[in-house]
Amino acid sequence: MTVPTDGPWLDDAAGRLIRPYTVSGGRTRPTAELDLMSLVMATGAASEMYYGPEHSEALGLCQGPTSVAEIAGHLRLPAVVTKILLSDLMDSGAVTVRPPHNFDNPSDCSLLEAVLDGLRRQL
Amino acid sequence: MAYDDSSDPFPTPFPTALKVLVAGGFGVGKTTFVGSVSEIAPLSTEELLTQVGADTDDLTGVELKTSTTVAMDFGRITLDERHVLYLFGTPGQERFWFMWDELCRGALGAIVLADTRRLENSFSAVDFFEQRGIGFVVAVNEFDGSFRYDPEEVRAAIDLRPDVPVVLCDARIASSGIRTLVTLVQHLLTALPVADAADTAVSSGVVPDDGAA
Repeated sequence: MTVPTDGPWLDDAAGRLIRPYTVSGGRTRPTAELDLMSLVMATGAASEMYYGPEHSEALGLCQGPTSVAEIAGHLRLPAVVTKILLSDLMDSGAVTVRPPHNFDNPSDCSLLEAVLDGLRRQL
Repeated sequence: MAYDDSSDPFPTPFPTALKVLVAGGFGVGKTTFVGSVSEIAPLSTEELLTQVGADTDDLTGVELKTSTTVAMDFGRITLDERHVLYLFGTPGQERFWFMWDELCRGALGAIVLADTRRLENSFSAVDFFEQRGIGFVVAVNEFDGSFRYDPEEVRAAIDLRPDVPVVLCDARIASSGIRTLVTLVQHLLTALPVADAADTAVSSGVVPDDGAA
């Protein structure tokens, strides 16, 4: 068995020693609809509720606008579990969320131009 | 209410999050591509995706719905203070193809990575995006030791429409990946008028032939 300094505690044969849904108290559905690309940011409002270390870690990860996918990646938790933690934080007012831009209007030329300009600056 | 889907309730400080998919067969370099262009260390997470039963006919109201967890890589490129681009590597395993619709929702477009040694592995990704009217480019990842083909030879082999760009790239090199993304966005800009075809294709619910033996 390996005891890592970060990430989930893994057993060579058994896998995760703490089941992912433990941190969500066994819940499997978030209270709010979150996309992998929803951006989450801490409001700075002190929460009167204490949930657990994973909630605190999630809150610490979104001091600036951060995607649900990134938070899940850093927490090393499945996205759905991360969404439950984040929806708890939303409910308590600790974070605010912006849903992703759905590119449902493919004729949004100005948006594509902005993307193109941004990409060219990377070169 | 902390969550609102209306058009502009968030003047600051949230940027607009946009999505591009990186698709292609298993082992074609999707993870490498995403990792090299991303400004953050490549991350992955497991997402629960829904499969709506496709084989059931006329069982209205009792549609089969199951969920499967798939792992996917993603990366981020901050374009400017108002736009952030996320890249998602789609699950390469053929059995996950039917779930791509969920991943595709809201995507700007896609890059189909191709390996000339296993070009047939790209066919289903090309079919998928063609059928749904999602703009894409084919990027031939130049693996060491693979024979170098001319992009037009690749186009002929995949039987691509003439307007779909085919570029050569090295998924390990950031600038090569960024150039591929530039080609994609340029292609999307030129392809603007065909938007209507996309809607009808998406709603038809066509599942690509997964090509699995």
